[in-house]
Amino acid sequence: MTAQTISEKIISAHCGHAVRAGEVAVCDVDVVVGTDGSGPLAIDYFAQMGGARLHDPGRVFFSLDHYAPPTTAGTRAFHDRIREFAARHGATVFGVGEGISHQILVERGIVRPGQLVIGADSHTVMCGALNAFAIGVGSSDLAAAMLTGRIWLRVPETIRVRLAGARRAGVAAKDVALALVGELGGEGANYQAIEFTGDLAAFTLADRLVLSSLLVEAGAKAALFPHDAVTAAYRKGRASSGAATEAAVEADPRAQYARELALDLASLTPRVARPPAPDDVVPLADVAGVPVQMVFIGTCTGGRVQDFHEALHAFDRAGGLLAPGVQLVLTPASQEVRARLIADGTLSRLVAAGAVETTAGCGACCGTSGVIPGDGMTVLSTANRNFRARMGNATASIYLASPAVCGVAAATGRIPGGLAP
Amino acid sequence: MIIEGRARVLGDDINSDYIISSRRKRETIDESRLREFLLESVDPAFAASVRPGDILVAGRNFGCGSAMETAVTVILAAGMSAVLARTFARSFYRNAINNGLVVVECDTSGIAEGSGLAVRIDAGAARVQDMARGVEVIGAPLPAVMQRILARGGLVGFLRAGERLG
Repeated sequence: MTAQTISEKIISAHCGHAVRAGEVAVCDVDVVVGTDGSGPLAIDYFAQMGGARLHDPGRVFFSLDHYAPPTTAGTRAFHDRIREFAARHGATVFGVGEGISHQILVERGIVRPGQLVIGADSHTVMCGALNAFAIGVGSSDLAAAMLTGRIWLRVPETIRVRLAGARRAGVAAKDVALALVGELGGEGANYQAIEFTGDLAAFTLADRLVLSSLLVEAGAKAALFPHDAVTAAYRKGRASSGAATEAAVEADPRAQYARELALDLASLTPRVARPPAPDDVVPLADVAGVPVQMVFIGTCTGGRVQDFHEALHAFDRAGGLLAPGVQLVLTPASQEVRARLIADGTLSRLVAAGAVETTAGCGACCGTSGVIPGDGMTVLSTANRNFRARMGNATASIYLASPAVCGVAAATGRIPGGLAP
Repeated sequence: MIIEGRARVLGDDINSDYIISSRRKRETIDESRLREFLLESVDPAFAASVRPGDILVAGRNFGCGSAMETAVTVILAAGMSAVLARTFARSFYRNAINNGLVVVECDTSGIAEGSGLAVRIDAGAARVQDMARGVEVIGAPLPAVMQRILARGGLVGFLRAGERLG
């Protein structure tokens, strides 16, 4: 048989025959996930399609993460519609405060290596860190999969990204991810999958989630890691991990790639994306000294336990006091993340320093809940998008950086030029 | 199928948040109400200037960012039935076809604001006649499955007609 990439293998396993890049395949879907942003419209499409029942209620999930908590009667009504629909059809709802849809799927062991996942949230791609083929879709494709259990896919070509060497101290997965998005450009991976290879052992599962989520800003359809000891260690003990050995999917040695992009980790320094484009990526030193009035630590790219630890460590080293005039906003990616940050004291230390904590979920990322920046404010954020008006105010400017860089800025009120080793 | 209209020219990297802000969706997902905020982040006066039949003409990576479907439905609600772009982000492209919005990937660089355009779709091949310049631009062909969905006016019509994905 022809040599295949990870994506080609997973799609082949889900459409019942061997496929290669460029072909169109109709695939069985393992996990279908919507949010309170995309779910109500998916329910409308489902009804318009004549949907009477879900193809498999056990595979359908909704998360109330974008409007967490709802602050208007309208958003509350979105939640009620989703709850009613799910109760009637047997789907699962993750409630307000449980966290971001794809974060919950990963940490509760619902998404497994080798699976095909579709989510009506572009950052569903994040699940690729677990060696799954996961893509973001709109509400209509979600509805069709709810109804039929299937989706049509063009099998993507794959860009192989080789991460070579060891990162210097202070260089985070976020810096690697930003560097790659800058290198690829905002549509450099459009219609294509990313497959990571190289020196991956030092990338924790949390690191991989950062990379897989951010690469959608280069247009990637999916962003997959191979299955290795890091994957196995993370999966051990997760709720529905099932059998001791699970389907690890590896690329064949002679698989065909559209191209290979190599990144030398040893020479990489911290990176920042300048407003208003996530692919306008520059070395941190280029924006050193820019005053910030709001620092946001959260989202599916930068709101996990490791991110908060890195932010707090850097904050402490920079003095451990919140700079005058800076609002520090914390939004854990999930309830599990929050519980761990409470247990280890991270949240209480940051809140004691003056930070504001908001309900676990998407938070301020797209201006749907959490704290909206004021007119003309500059925001430094661990999130993934910095488009104009993204956080709900068109006059605010958003810079994207690592948790450590954000931690320093919270203490100094300025984007630092570098990080203490 | 022939669609004729006036070119409304946009730049590169028009993300879906610019097409319709996530913040506006807090109030409603009814596209007939959202249409007044169409492209407000690019030009607050844009929505009011749209005439039914206008054709959006963009540069690279149109519809990047969030996969939100309202970015498509709000364009349709404003009375536009086609978008031409040098390239589209994949999620927008899928959502467009699923809702019967004609999307043509073609060289839009020479099309001027206000030019009269005629978009002809025949068996998945698109040709765009630019009246102002008197030139024809050839669009990238649509995959067969997308032709079938578009022929039914979108994914709802496709499934209701009893057609199967494969």
